[in-house]
Amino acid sequence: MSLKIKALTKSIWVFHVSAGSCNNCDIEILDLFTPRFDVERFGIQLIGSVRHADAILITGAMNRKSVPRMKKIYEQAPKPCVVVAVGQCALSRHMFRDSYNVCEPLDKILPVDLYIPGCPPRPEAMIDGIVKLVTKIRKGK
Amino acid sequence: MNMRDKIKDGLGNKIKVWDERSARRIYFTVEPNDVYKSVEFIFKGLGLRFSTASGIDLPEGFEMLYHFSFDKAGEVYSLRALIKDKKRPEIDSIAPIFRGAEWVEREIWEMLGINFKGHPNLKRLLLAEDWPEGEFPLRRKNES
Amino acid sequence: MSHKVIVPIGPYHPMQEEPEFFQLYVEGEKVVDIDIIIGYNHRGIEKLAESKHYDQIAFLVERICGICSSSHPYAYVLAVEDLFGGEANIVPERALYIRTIIDELQRIHSHLLWLGLAGHFIGYNTVWMWAWKYREPVLDMFEMVTGNRNNYAMFKIGGVRRDIKDEDIPELKKMLDNLAPSIKMFYGAINDDPVIKARLKIAGTLTKEQAIDWCVVGPTARASGVNIDIRRDEPYGAFLMNTIDWNVVLEKDGDIFAKTMVRILEMEDSINIINQALNKMPKGEIDANVKDVPPGEGIGRVEAPRGECIHYIKSDGTNRPVRHKIRAPSFMNVASDKVAAVGGTISDATLTLAAVDPCYCCTERVAVINKADNKKIMNGWDLVRLSQEKTNKIKEGWPNGRPE
Repeated sequence: MSLKIKALTKSIWVFHVSAGSCNNCDIEILDLFTPRFDVERFGIQLIGSVRHADAILITGAMNRKSVPRMKKIYEQAPKPCVVVAVGQCALSRHMFRDSYNVCEPLDKILPVDLYIPGCPPRPEAMIDGIVKLVTKIRKGK
Repeated sequence: MNMRDKIKDGLGNKIKVWDERSARRIYFTVEPNDVYKSVEFIFKGLGLRFSTASGIDLPEGFEMLYHFSFDKAGEVYSLRALIKDKKRPEIDSIAPIFRGAEWVEREIWEMLGINFKGHPNLKRLLLAEDWPEGEFPLRRKNES
Repeated sequence: MSHKVIVPIGPYHPMQEEPEFFQLYVEGEKVVDIDIIIGYNHRGIEKLAESKHYDQIAFLVERICGICSSSHPYAYVLAVEDLFGGEANIVPERALYIRTIIDELQRIHSHLLWLGLAGHFIGYNTVWMWAWKYREPVLDMFEMVTGNRNNYAMFKIGGVRRDIKDEDIPELKKMLDNLAPSIKMFYGAINDDPVIKARLKIAGTLTKEQAIDWCVVGPTARASGVNIDIRRDEPYGAFLMNTIDWNVVLEKDGDIFAKTMVRILEMEDSINIINQALNKMPKGEIDANVKDVPPGEGIGRVEAPRGECIHYIKSDGTNRPVRHKIRAPSFMNVASDKVAAVGGTISDATLTLAAVDPCYCCTERVAVINKADNKKIMNGWDLVRLSQEKTNKIKEGWPNGRPE
């Protein structure tokens, strides 16, 4: 395991981007950091600047106004960095597929490493997803 | 005197159609030129609360609906005005009367392309910066 | 005037993503103007609604906002039921009670969420953690009754989709009994704490005249002394039956403290309302099996946690609406930040912007522009830090953390 991969998969710092979501996924993400789920005990932390991020969590249906901003954020992130699509909207644009203000699904815009389906996904599902991804990165890459 | 009579009295012959759908839903129609005066009377004179305004693209023109809420009785008074000019729809802005209408009118301007004369700050609210000029999402296409 | 340029730390904030973008214009410490740019969340729901049939729209409007995911479907079904002559005309009595129970549970969870975030912004992270801890049992109840923690899918035209089972009722009551003391504790803690008072009093004041001028709704209006509440003014759900005993919470100061108090007292009221509704709920049908929607126009109004939520439906007798207009309460409330924040200091600005409880916590992605050279000097993260520093300064200035 290279040093970079080791650093990436230990105490993951996450940065959260909402690209036109209904706030449900965002609240469930925040819920992860409050007493019942408390992922901070694993060293997972929400951070203020994407320049320190190991993972970017993206929610929402790829709104026209927020997509350019999201791309900019991804460019600023240090590599390697994993992109996680949280919720049905980020996966497939859900019921907003036909909207005039929603253009492309997320994986056409950025390379997505992990998909967490659900509307909204349960916090347990998110933890499980992250654990699976970490195991895979450690074994594979 | 209840609120219906007050409005009927105050607006007089400005009201073209008076339609009481149910005990709590009253719709009435005025000419687009009378909208400013009527809204001023209803909001300032009678003290009704402005709920929202909505625009509708109809075959015969653009219809504007201003919903006012009379909270003491739980009634909604909807003032209706039909803008017949479909090419260049225009109506007086009500934002100079009270600030709460500012965003509502900006949204309608953006979505339907109705020009509000006298609006203090008519610019994009929701759509992206690169959204093409002259394209209005809520206008119907294939209709002439 | 000399101005310091502070190093920017990136344009995003970790707490919660938000679709609104505020530009504060400041001179020294003072906010002189504010520009609000929204639209990062616009998904064209009104247009989408015109292409879906009446049953589908309830699910669509549920996803307007994740926090008030029962208010929007409720307002929508009320608008459609208005075409049938009103909710009382067709909906079975048991369904009316179930609707109110779900709606009031949602109010509790929404206000707790806001309280936690407000605590975070003034540097009381304990309040944040506690408020969200007490919110979890409410979500558990949602899961038990509706099957999902957040999007409930309970509302349909003519009734509700799921019944509340008899064996669930004791569980619900137990949860409410456990929750009531915690809310009392919050009430006491906030009333007693001089630091919180020092931060929240006279900050972000919206006078009654301004509240009327900006047409604000909900707790924001009630904190300024505007006496409106759709639950009383145009009763719906269980309030139609006049069997529920409750009061409209009213404050008159219009500052952030008043807004906090209104929300905390409303939670107590909601617990009360749910308890009464559970006791008085009759047995019977929960759905009227509505088939066709008649042509016409309908308006539905609901008191969402943030204020009056209004839906307008124009139907032509087909299975799709001609026009579906939605006005969420935050649309009116957020615009009023323009007066509430101007004139205050930057360290109060975060809190003022959050005090109206925008559907998204709006303080992030704030850029501060120094009027003198029009340069962006701060972002939302800095603002939260500034706000927290101010709280600490107040604390340090007092021996034992109490005013002399």
